[in-house]
Amino acid sequence: MRPDREVAIVAFAQSDHRRRTDDLSEVEMVMPVLHEVQRQTGLKASDIGFTCSGSSDYLAGRAFSFTMALDGVGAWPPISESHVETDGAWALYEAWVKLLTGEADTALVYSYGKASPGSVRDVLTRQLDPYYLAPLWPDSVALAALQAQALVDAGDTDEPALAAIAARSRQDATANPHAQLRGARPQGDYTVQPLRTGDCPPIGDGAAAVILAVGDRARELCERPAWIRGMDHRIEAHSLGVRDLTDSPSTRLAAERAGAFERPVDTAELHAPFTSQEVVLRKALGLDGSVRVNPSGGALAANPVMAAGLIRLGEAAARIHRGESDRALAHATSGPCLQQNLVAVLEGENRA
Amino acid sequence: MTAVTPPPEALRAPLVVEFPFTRSLGPVQSAFLTGLRERTVLGVRTEAGEVLVPPVEYDPATAAELRELVEVATTGTVTTWAWNPEPRPGQPLATPFAWVLVRLDGADTALLHALDAPGPEAVRTGLRVRIRWAAERAGAITDIACFEPHESAREHEPAPHDGRFDAPVTGIVAPARLDYTYSPGRAQTRYLHALGERRTVGERCPSCAKVYVPPRGACPTCGVATTDQVEVGPRGTVTTFCIVNIKAKNLDIEVPYVYAHIALDGAGLALHGRIGGIPYDQVRMGLRVEPVWSEDGRYPDHYRPTGEPDADYDTYKELL
Repeated sequence: MRPDREVAIVAFAQSDHRRRTDDLSEVEMVMPVLHEVQRQTGLKASDIGFTCSGSSDYLAGRAFSFTMALDGVGAWPPISESHVETDGAWALYEAWVKLLTGEADTALVYSYGKASPGSVRDVLTRQLDPYYLAPLWPDSVALAALQAQALVDAGDTDEPALAAIAARSRQDATANPHAQLRGARPQGDYTVQPLRTGDCPPIGDGAAAVILAVGDRARELCERPAWIRGMDHRIEAHSLGVRDLTDSPSTRLAAERAGAFERPVDTAELHAPFTSQEVVLRKALGLDGSVRVNPSGGALAANPVMAAGLIRLGEAAARIHRGESDRALAHATSGPCLQQNLVAVLEGENRA
Repeated sequence: MTAVTPPPEALRAPLVVEFPFTRSLGPVQSAFLTGLRERTVLGVRTEAGEVLVPPVEYDPATAAELRELVEVATTGTVTTWAWNPEPRPGQPLATPFAWVLVRLDGADTALLHALDAPGPEAVRTGLRVRIRWAAERAGAITDIACFEPHESAREHEPAPHDGRFDAPVTGIVAPARLDYTYSPGRAQTRYLHALGERRTVGERCPSCAKVYVPPRGACPTCGVATTDQVEVGPRGTVTTFCIVNIKAKNLDIEVPYVYAHIALDGAGLALHGRIGGIPYDQVRMGLRVEPVWSEDGRYPDHYRPTGEPDADYDTYKELL
């Protein structure tokens, strides 16, 4: 179903992602990207109809950190605002729906992750099933490694193929000044076998922001808006042992509902924090060699948790803004082993 | 005094977030976890006839309520694995082990746990394993200490089970502890450094000129960074207050006492602090106060009257 209102991503900004940002509070990290998307569009905080953010207080251990981050928006007098406790891609989804309803014509979406104060591998165990999983403290790398081994057993990949994904991603990131890991590097030792250091995302801090606008407002604000042709998100059963870890039916269904299979895409920004997860996503989405996957370097080059999914949407949109893509797929994930998946299809208009 | 100063060296402090989650169990979870205490593994049968282990209350495919319990074997087969060379706090084993998904004989789905094996070369998908029970069991997933390699025949048709045990477990307490290194950021670092010198330093918004104390790095009205440092106080005015009658846990202050909003001279908004040195029932709006520093001089312990005449309402009405 095609939505009635046209909504586009008209601006995107992200921080330089770093291993640590001890010198910055969350709001100090977020503010520059908010100012950058305002600069790109010429919009002031008071011009924006709706604001939505995504973050998790568990990362830095600061309760209600998102309310303090809101200071950077200029939220007083009170603005129309919302927050999701997950990746900012889902904040973008909420903002998109808000714009489709006609309640607003522009929206600011931002997200941030400050993983450096804590141990993100352990922090993420707290999102798991509290009865059967969380008491065992299975960390995020361990769960991804179980998925990777299942892929190896199924003949879907092997260690050299995973190493090639890692190398390609970091090589592509040399052209991305914001990336944390730029340039190929050795695969290193096993973190949790079969995943080596190189198969895992860097741990770091970062922030991102986008601005959405409808119809002619979008055309005023951006030379070549990235129109959201469709967007959907779906989730797998929560018990890992029930799922086929070598496939991602939720990604496929979200992509189908977003219209991704109606025509080929030229670019795909996939949120695959682990090399093995790119294998699953390529399979689920039926991407062949004609599609440019993660020209930004993807989450293997910079993975600010809670922002990395929004960055995939932003990177895909920015490629359309620059005229380097006409039709792009953007994907975001949340939870262990690609638990929940969001797919958006973005297009640029070819003007006469 | 107004000055733009470079950010001082970042402050750091350990921060521990620790909490026990107390959770109640549904009937299926209760039977499963009580069963583990009794060295019995229960699954639940779906409408399609599949046996789910670990069992859930609702069918993941159809959302139907599931109640038909069956007993499965304590032996099973590894469906995927991952070798963990460096166990982390809280994980089932302290020595290197394999994470495994195990399909117990009689079950159609797999359970996540640890496998105690000498090394990765001893583990493979398809390996036959059995449960090693914890010596002390309380009705939790950790009643399974881990799995261990064990050759056995794939037997076992799941047998019906009524799920009834003496003294069923109806809840779990899951302790969680996360360790952080807290760093407050530029604005609050500057504020804390100044407090160490018994000075209260706010920051001015370059756009609307409001002075924030304590500063949090941004002006929430203008959405821009506050950068100009402004020393405020030390004296201030009570703008509003309340009388606290209930003693907080671990707080060494006698009740009743007064907690107040205090607008330090030069500040654009009030901060809060305790009022001392005056009977609680004599504290009033407009009372002029000054800080009494803690013994180590790192922060104002409380504020006391200065003896000045009360401030005129008009001087602080915008700061309420």
